[in-house]
Amino acid sequence: MAKWMSVAQVKEKIKEDSAEEVTARYLEVIGKSKVNGYVTVSEKALEHARRIDSEGHDGPLAGVPIAIKDNISVVGLPNSCGSKILEGYVPPFNAHVIEKLLAAGAVILGKTNMDEFAMGSSTETSYFGPTANPWDLERVPGGSSGGSAAVVAAGEAPFALGSDTGGSVRCPAAFCGVVGLKPTYGAVSRYGVVAYANSLEQVGPLANNVADIAILMDVIAGYDRRDSTSIDSKIEYQKALVNDVKGLKIGVPKEFFGEGIHPDVEKAVWNAIHKYESLGATWEEVSMPNIKYALASYYIIAMSEASSNLARFDGTRYGFRESGENWHAMVSKTRAEGFGTEVKRRILLGTYALSAGYHDKYYLKALKVRTLVKQDFDKALAKVDLLMAPTMPNPAFKIGEKIEDPLTLYLSDVNTCPINLAGVPSVSVPCGLTDGLPIGLQIMGKPFDEPTVLRAAYTFEQNTDYYTKRPPEVA
Amino acid sequence: MVYENPDGIRIGLEIHVQLNKLKTKMFCGCSSDYHNAAPNTHTCPICLGLPGTLPVLNKKAVEAAIKVGLALEGEIAEETQFHRKNYFYPDLPKGFQVTQYDFPIVGKGKVVIEGEDGEHVVGITRAHMEEDPGKLVHIGSIEKSKGVLIDYNRSGMPLIETVTEPDMRSPKEARRFLDKFRNILEYLDVFDGNLEGAMRVDANVSVHWGTRVEVKNISSHKGVERALLYEIMRQKNVIRRGGKITLETRHFDEGRGVTISMRTKEEAEDYRYFREPDLMPMRVTDWIPAIRETLPELPDAKRARFIEQYGITDMHAKSLTSKIMLADFYEGVCSKGVDPKIAATWTADVFLGEFNYRDLAISSYDGKKIDFIHTKDPEIENSFKVSDLVELVTFFAEGKISDRVAVEVIRSILDGEEEKTPSQIIEEKGLSKAEDDLVTKAVVETIAENAAAVQDYIGGAEKSLNFLVGQVMKKTKGTADAKTARELILKELKG
Amino acid sequence: MITKEDVEHIGWLARIEISEQETVEYMEKLNSVLEYFGQLDELPTEDVVPTYHVAEIYNVFREDIVEECLPQETVLANTEYKQDGTFRVPKIG
Repeated sequence: MAKWMSVAQVKEKIKEDSAEEVTARYLEVIGKSKVNGYVTVSEKALEHARRIDSEGHDGPLAGVPIAIKDNISVVGLPNSCGSKILEGYVPPFNAHVIEKLLAAGAVILGKTNMDEFAMGSSTETSYFGPTANPWDLERVPGGSSGGSAAVVAAGEAPFALGSDTGGSVRCPAAFCGVVGLKPTYGAVSRYGVVAYANSLEQVGPLANNVADIAILMDVIAGYDRRDSTSIDSKIEYQKALVNDVKGLKIGVPKEFFGEGIHPDVEKAVWNAIHKYESLGATWEEVSMPNIKYALASYYIIAMSEASSNLARFDGTRYGFRESGENWHAMVSKTRAEGFGTEVKRRILLGTYALSAGYHDKYYLKALKVRTLVKQDFDKALAKVDLLMAPTMPNPAFKIGEKIEDPLTLYLSDVNTCPINLAGVPSVSVPCGLTDGLPIGLQIMGKPFDEPTVLRAAYTFEQNTDYYTKRPPEVA
Repeated sequence: MVYENPDGIRIGLEIHVQLNKLKTKMFCGCSSDYHNAAPNTHTCPICLGLPGTLPVLNKKAVEAAIKVGLALEGEIAEETQFHRKNYFYPDLPKGFQVTQYDFPIVGKGKVVIEGEDGEHVVGITRAHMEEDPGKLVHIGSIEKSKGVLIDYNRSGMPLIETVTEPDMRSPKEARRFLDKFRNILEYLDVFDGNLEGAMRVDANVSVHWGTRVEVKNISSHKGVERALLYEIMRQKNVIRRGGKITLETRHFDEGRGVTISMRTKEEAEDYRYFREPDLMPMRVTDWIPAIRETLPELPDAKRARFIEQYGITDMHAKSLTSKIMLADFYEGVCSKGVDPKIAATWTADVFLGEFNYRDLAISSYDGKKIDFIHTKDPEIENSFKVSDLVELVTFFAEGKISDRVAVEVIRSILDGEEEKTPSQIIEEKGLSKAEDDLVTKAVVETIAENAAAVQDYIGGAEKSLNFLVGQVMKKTKGTADAKTARELILKELKG
Repeated sequence: MITKEDVEHIGWLARIEISEQETVEYMEKLNSVLEYFGQLDELPTEDVVPTYHVAEIYNVFREDIVEECLPQETVLANTEYKQDGTFRVPKIG
C-alpha cells in the first residue's frame, strides 16, 4: 500500500482489501512515527473498521481513516487540547463534525497534537511536547493544528481536521506542505470544538490535495441547530473542482508582502500568480491599508474571548485539580499548575483588555479596527474574485527558536489572522520549496465563495506538481 | 393625606424570578422539572459547561420576558443581546454567567401599588434575561463549612431579573410591590411561585435619603419586610449614635432575622462584561402585537371588572383576584347561577381563610376543580370542586344549612374528604339543619332541665335567655338556627 | 504600562496564582505585547462601529422541547471528587 494516498485511492484500496487492512496499515505507520503527531491513538479504530467491513456502510467515507485535532470532542477519546488542565477528561458527547464524519463512515485514528488550547503557531506549547515537521525533524510543523498537518504530511492519515482561529490550519499546512482550508465563518458547526476565540474560529480540513479537502467539506459543512452562528450555505464543494481559471480576477495585496518576508517565499508566490496568468486569469495589485493593524486587533479579541472561555477550567468538575485550603485557592493553584506559560499570558492579557478602565482602550478599539480590516476585504473583493498572498512570510522555523519571545511568535500570524477578522474563506496550497522546506500560497475569497477558492486551488494543483512532493525524512 | 416619609426611606428591589413554567432550560433542552429530582440528573454537556458546548436560546424564554415587560408597562428593546458576566464561583460551570448588560430586553416600566397614602407608582428600571447558576450545599454552616457539594440541576434555568427604582418608602410598600409583582407573573403563567427558589430578592435601602445598602439573599417574598425592618432599624441606630452608613452589601440571615455585613474581599470584583459571542442579537419587537394578544386580564383590570360585574365589595374583589386560579374558580362558581355576593363571601372569606390557615397553595384549576398542595409538604395533594361550593352556596341561600355547617363541610373537604359531595358529608356527619321538631324537642328538654335559669329570665334577667339558647345549640350540636331556637324558647315559656 | 500590582490584580481576577518572581517576568512580557497593541492608538476610530461578529445573524432560537439529559454517573465520570451524586469541592472562602 502506498504511503500517501488520496481519499479516492484509499476507498479503492478498501474495496480491494478491507477497511480493517487499510486502518491497520495507517496504525502501523503511526507506530513508527518520528513526528509525535498523535496525542492519542484510538484503541477502537480497528474494531470500528472491522465493523464497517462486516456490516457494510454506504457513507461517502466508509472505512476511510481520519485524524482529529485534540480540541474536537469525540466520545470515548480524551480531549486534552494539549493541556495538563484537561488531564483525564473524556467528553461524553461528539462534536457536530464528528457526528457527521461517523455518519459518513469515517474511522477515527486518533487525536492530534496542538498548541495548548490552540494558542500558538508552532505546536511547541503542547503539554505533550512538540510535534516535529516531517520535512525537517528539528523544525516546527506550524500550529496550532501542527499535529494534524504533520500526520497528513507524514502519511499517518489520509486527511485530518484542524481548527483555525488566526491561521491554525493554514500555517501548519504551509509549513508541512499540505492543503488546509479555513472555511467562511459559520460554514462549519463549532459545536463540540473547545473554544479559543469564538467569533474568529472555524474547523478546517487538512489533506494532501484539494479534492480531498472538498470531499471532507461536503461531509462536515452545513447547518447545525446547536451552533447559533451556523449558516446554511448549501455549497456543494466537490462541484467546485473544475480545472479552469479563465477570466478570474486575482488581487495581490501588497501589505501581505511586508518587511521580513523570505525572498524565496515571495518568489514562489509570484510564480504561482504568474502561473494563474498563464492559465487565463488576470491579476492586479490591491491595497488594504488597515492590514498592518490586523495582528494587534486579532490578538486583543482572541485573548479577551479566551480569558472568558478558559474560565471553566477550574478543577471542579473535570480535569486536573491541585489542592487548596479553599475553593478559590484550589482554583488559582489548579490554573497556575494546569495551564502552560503561553496560555496564562494570553488569559492575563485578555483579562486585562476586558477589565474596568481598559475595556475601551483595548477590546472595543480592537473591535473597531476589525471593522476597518473587514472593510478592506470588502473593498478589495468587490474589485477582484480572489486575493493571493503568502500564507506564511517564512518557512518553518526551528523548534525552540521563537518560543521565548511571545511577540515574535505572534508576528508569524501576520498574514493569516486578518482572514479570521473578516470571516472570509482561505486556503493554503503548496507552491514551492526553499531549502527543502515547503512554501504555502494563500488564496482568499468572498464569504461563502469557497467554490471559487477551491476551483483556483484545484486548477493550480492540476497544472503544477508541488502537491506531489513528499518529505524525504519520513518517506 | 400625603405620606410624609419621616425617615426618608428609599427602597429599591432586584427580583430574580425563575421562568419555571417553561419546559426546558434557557440554553439547552434539559427539563426544567428538577425540583424533586436527584442531584445532577437534569444536566447535559451544555448546562454543565463542558468544553466545546454552545448555548442556543429558548424562544419561549424571550416570549415570556416580553410578556413580563408588557405587563410591567415596560419598553421592549428594538435590539437586545446577551453578555457574559465573568466571575469565579463553584455554582457557575463556565466561569461566567450569560446575562444581559447594556441592552436588556425590557426598559422603563411601572407598577401601581397600594402605597402608604393610596395609589403609588413604583418605577421599573429594567428587566433582563439570564441563566441561573447551580445550587451549593455547604457541609456544616457557611461560616464553618468543611466543603461544598454542587448540584447543577438548577444550572441554566431561565431567569428574569427585574430592577425597580428606589421608589418604595416603607417595608410595607416593598412587600406590597412584591405581592403585586408575583401576582402579575402568576397571571402571565410564566412562573410558579410555590416552587423552591422560584423568587429571590435583593433589596437596596437607605434612610434619611442617605447612602444605600444592599441586602442580598432574601429568599422569600415574605422575608423582605422583615429584612427591611431590621436593616432600617440598624441604619437609624447607626446614625443616632453618630455613625455613618457606608456603601456595602449585607447578607440577610433568614433564621435570625438580621442582616450581616459580608466580609469585604481584599479585591473588588470586575465582571469584565462583553458580548456573548456564541449568541446572536435579537430583534423581536415585531412579536409584540401577537404576544399582547395572549396577555391575560391582569389583576387590576380583573378586580375592577369583578366589582362592576358581580356587585361585590372591593375587599372581596381584591382577595379573589389575589390568585388568578382563585379568580377563575370564583367565576366558575358564579357561572352556575348562584348569587355572586354570597359566592364571594364564601370563596374570599371562608374558603380562602381556611385554605391559608392550612398552608395550602393552589397548583392548578381546570374549570371544574382547584388542585392544591401543602406548601410545607408537597406530598399532600387535594382538590376542591366548583360544584361543591355551588352546592353549599345554594343550600345556604335556601336556608337548608347554617353557616357553621357550611364551614364544617369546607373544612372536611380541605382535610381530605374531597371525594364526597357536601350533601354526603352533611348526611354522614348529621350536620343538616335540624328539623323544627328536633329543635322543639331540645327546647322542651332545656326548659325542663334548667328551671333556675328559666326563673331568672322570668324574673327579668335577659342574659339567662342567652344561656338557654346556648343549651339548645349544644343539644343540637350547633345545627339549630340560633334565631329559631330563641323564638321557640319564648313561645314555649309564654305558652 | 502594566505594574506589578496590575499583574497581581489580573492574576486574582483570572484566578491564576502568580509567584513573586513570576510577577516580574509576566510584567515584562505583557508590557512588550501591550506596547505592540498600543499601535492601534494611531488609528482614528471615533466614528467606526465595532464588529462583534462578521455574520449579521439575528434571532436564533430553539423551541421549548425537552431533550434527554445525561445519566448522573456520566455527569460525574470525569472527577474523583464527588459525594452523593454531587461534585465536592473545598469550602468557598
